[in-house]
Amino acid sequence: MKEHVEDYRPIVGAQVIDELLLLADRVRHRSLQHINSTSVGGGVAEILSRMVPLLRDLGIDTRWDVIKGNQAFFAVTKAFHNALHGGDETINKEMIQVFRDTTEINLQDFDTFGDVVMVHDPQPVGLITRRSVVGGRWLWRCHIDISTPDPRIWEFLRQFVSQYDGSVFSMPDFAQRLSIPQFMVPPSIDPLSEKNRELSDAEVQAVVERYELDPERPILTQISRFDRLKDPLGVIQAYRLVRRHHDCQLLLAGGGATDDPEGQEVLQEVREAAGDDQDIHVLELPPFSDFDINALVRGSTVVIQKSIKEGFGLTVAEALWKRKPVIGGAVGGIKLQLLNGVTGFLVHSPEGAANRITELLANRELRQAIGDAGHRYVRDNFLTTRHIRDYLLLMLAIENKDTDLSLLTKP
Amino acid sequence: MTNQTSFIFDTELHLVVLTGVSVTTLVGLRAELHNVPTSSIFLHTHREYLAHDFQRSNHANDFARWVSTALHEEALAEKLAAIDLLAFTTMESLREALINTVDEYLSALDRPSPECRAEEAFHFCQSRNFVLPTGLVAKSVNDFFEKMKKLSSASLYFHFFEARLRLGHRTNDFSRWLADQGRRDLADAIDGLNPYTRTLDELREDIVQIGIGAQGKA
Repeated sequence: MKEHVEDYRPIVGAQVIDELLLLADRVRHRSLQHINSTSVGGGVAEILSRMVPLLRDLGIDTRWDVIKGNQAFFAVTKAFHNALHGGDETINKEMIQVFRDTTEINLQDFDTFGDVVMVHDPQPVGLITRRSVVGGRWLWRCHIDISTPDPRIWEFLRQFVSQYDGSVFSMPDFAQRLSIPQFMVPPSIDPLSEKNRELSDAEVQAVVERYELDPERPILTQISRFDRLKDPLGVIQAYRLVRRHHDCQLLLAGGGATDDPEGQEVLQEVREAAGDDQDIHVLELPPFSDFDINALVRGSTVVIQKSIKEGFGLTVAEALWKRKPVIGGAVGGIKLQLLNGVTGFLVHSPEGAANRITELLANRELRQAIGDAGHRYVRDNFLTTRHIRDYLLLMLAIENKDTDLSLLTKP
Repeated sequence: MTNQTSFIFDTELHLVVLTGVSVTTLVGLRAELHNVPTSSIFLHTHREYLAHDFQRSNHANDFARWVSTALHEEALAEKLAAIDLLAFTTMESLREALINTVDEYLSALDRPSPECRAEEAFHFCQSRNFVLPTGLVAKSVNDFFEKMKKLSSASLYFHFFEARLRLGHRTNDFSRWLADQGRRDLADAIDGLNPYTRTLDELREDIVQIGIGAQGKA
């Protein structure tokens, strides 16, 4: 399917699309290149695969290149990733050498660069050393949570990062003390993707029934991989408190447990906690279940994301987009998406979650008001179109460092 | 942007810039309120008015919200939220009002300055603004009100909020232009609208109604 910016006009409104077109006029003469480490799988590839065709549709000459790396390199960058997340990782000299060697091989392979080069995440960060030869403006786009990085690995990466013209983070919490400008661009969801597009009532009901849920009774849902940081046991505890007063079902659905030993362990704990309660549905979803996830969220009465630690938590935006009232843990990016009491409720404990769920189940109008506000908030702040707008603005910002852009006229 | 006869509707787009400055205490907030650029003060007091167009949350500015949710100092949060943004015509006077509010609270505090956990820190941001013409131009007063009906929220926000306070024009751009056209009555009526108690949709509708009212009288 070829994506067109105009397809988004009925969804986001004429104002947003017209603004994008105005903006694209200002940067159409410059090319943009994205570089990351994978073309499939993972959030970055998912966003780029939707965004690159749309940027091209706007007339921006956009390339997307992927660096090469062997298993050893990706084991090293995985360790970097964990260490940047604040995890306990040992990084030795050999690992640093593997990183440097792979960067060198990629530097020899790359021969074309855009006027603006956006390098995503730590894996290709070392390509910046080519900038002195090829020129252009370079941005480092960091998608991961580096609010509490292992200082040793951050110091190593900082020598590369500080050579860029600017850096881009998803949340203010991820900002570092850096000598280069730091911009904030939150992630986004695509309203036309399989996970988010509109579905008919019949489609929703069919999926809900296929998973043996009762569409006539309230459904509480948390969609998350089976991970202790998502607090699935806390969700079960909240559900049990709610059940004292309200008939309802609980759906805990997530994927990725099969090749993750800890995930398997957590899944087992969840199944044990669920016991023989027929109204608790624990689903291990296979990859490519986007349509089913879409339908299950749309079929839910209340959506929960009771994380204890979270990066951005786009599952919240995905549920808000479907006009669902969402109850979320007051952590990470969930705090940016849920304006407490307006677009959802922020909670700190299973008891807090249970109180809010009870309140919502008892009040259809409240559910609707919160769901509608959440939908509008996502429309204005967390859709692909806003993400594209920010990238176009970044191209302007990085190319006009010392210029008062209020004076900028069409070239 | 105005000239003698036409009103050129501009729009403004923003990128949030992270300053890397974070605070976890009320004393820290007080200190950085003094240091950060005015564009940071503007962003944190105005972000919500553009971010969404529905019911305001209890604390319409970021400082009040943080003082409530992270420091749990509800009385100060109420005082910060109650600062009347319409009463200021310069950013420095707004900064001073914020600092004075925190100072008064701190001086009356009979316990140590409140502190939050690192993960609840307040992160100072500022914005990089890009002004672009929308292509809409009003050639007469009647045409102005006609064009107003389809004006984007971002353009409305720029000419109303930004022009008055951040750019120091003291009133909104619409009123300035209408006064130049000899329509002081319409200029004053629009200047009398409080943008902080309306959504942008409501503000646009109220301006359109002022135009309809004027045509009815003509």
